[in-house]
Amino acid sequence: MRLEKYARSLLVIIAEGTLERRLVQDVQRLGAHGYTVTDVRGGGHSGVREGAWEADRTIRMEVVCDEGVADQIGEYVLNQYAKNYGVTIFFAPVQVLRPNKF
Amino acid sequence: MTENGQSVGRGRQRPTSASILFIMIDVVIFFFLLGLFARLVGSDLRLPEALYETLSIYLLLAIGIKGGIELSQQPLLALVPEVAGVLVLSFLIPIVLYPVLRMLRFNWADSASIGAHFGSVSVVTFAVVTAALIRADITYEQHAPLWVAVMEAPGLIAGVMLARLGSQGQQPTDTMSGSSGGSAWGSLLHDVVFGKSVLLLLGGIVIGAVAGVDGTAPIKALFIDPFKGVLALFLLELGLVAGARLAEVKRFGWQVVVIGVVVPLLLALLGTLLGLLLDLSVGGVAIMATLAASASYIAAPTAMRIAVPQANAGLSITISLGIVFPFNVVIGIPIYIWLAQRVAG
Repeated sequence: MRLEKYARSLLVIIAEGTLERRLVQDVQRLGAHGYTVTDVRGGGHSGVREGAWEADRTIRMEVVCDEGVADQIGEYVLNQYAKNYGVTIFFAPVQVLRPNKF
Repeated sequence: MTENGQSVGRGRQRPTSASILFIMIDVVIFFFLLGLFARLVGSDLRLPEALYETLSIYLLLAIGIKGGIELSQQPLLALVPEVAGVLVLSFLIPIVLYPVLRMLRFNWADSASIGAHFGSVSVVTFAVVTAALIRADITYEQHAPLWVAVMEAPGLIAGVMLARLGSQGQQPTDTMSGSSGGSAWGSLLHDVVFGKSVLLLLGGIVIGAVAGVDGTAPIKALFIDPFKGVLALFLLELGLVAGARLAEVKRFGWQVVVIGVVVPLLLALLGTLLGLLLDLSVGGVAIMATLAASASYIAAPTAMRIAVPQANAGLSITISLGIVFPFNVVIGIPIYIWLAQRVAG
């Protein structure tokens, strides 16, 4: 027997830690049913962020949702924050078992 | 004065030239230099972030409690001039620095942000100056942590106001302008007043003041006695972080070094003046100079990142953590104490 799976989008936002509270509010307001945040470190256009102390924290936020909601969140975050903050956004197709949850 | 700092008030010290060297080699500074060295030689030494968080919570609470215990033994009304004085001083610092930074060709956002970093204070620099004073047997006002708590916020607020004025005529993309300005101010005030630094410092002060000497006796073994050891460990971590910022100095050019060295010296003079005006003890004047000269690297970067996103965060942090902090703890503090010994007492 094959498990029945449903297509959803995985939206990943990697951003400065100071944005966490605002991003949580934003994704919920724009229709996400849930989110997962982890502390990460790395480097890129905004230089190296080691997460060694408060002002240097970087977060990775993952949201599984409808493609439309993911697009809306991605567009909003891009317009609102990408100009002045270190932000990386990417999407991936995923499959879930309980579509109502997302 | 005992190691635990039970004595208060004006005191006389030993103003010998040897005491300067004595202060300079305070053991905690070696930990900072070790961290700096480890970073510069590319060591893999790294303190877990959870430990860093724990140590910083401990230091804030311990500093607050120690100040609070002293506060419980004196009339609060007598402190009003001091509180008003430090409040005005930290509010004025960004305003004084803003035109100077603009003349040095920094843009409005960076000028406001750098000013806010200087206006706010560094709690660890405060801890280092008190350690140096205790070691040199110079008495100081034991309720000084109250000054630190008061000085966290006003500089940040002045910085944001300057940024708002400076941004007029620019595109209103920042969070503090436009229609959302009111709620953004509310959010900034909330973050500053209920942020970790002020909350734990004031919380510790209240706990110390309410519980008093007897009430805090059971927690003394944790919060008072091991303080200096914890400070040493925290400075090791700060050495690592500051070392990383030092490498950034080249990117920003010579102005950054000049600002990081000259501005603290000038602000220390302002702090010394305020200390004299308030008729503080020699140690108190030295602390006031140090607080004026110190730059925030915890509350300010976080607050400015949200309130003035256009400012280059790397620039302000490189100045406050890469230059001002090492300069103050290694060279500045002995100078400020020396100056206080000359002009006060």
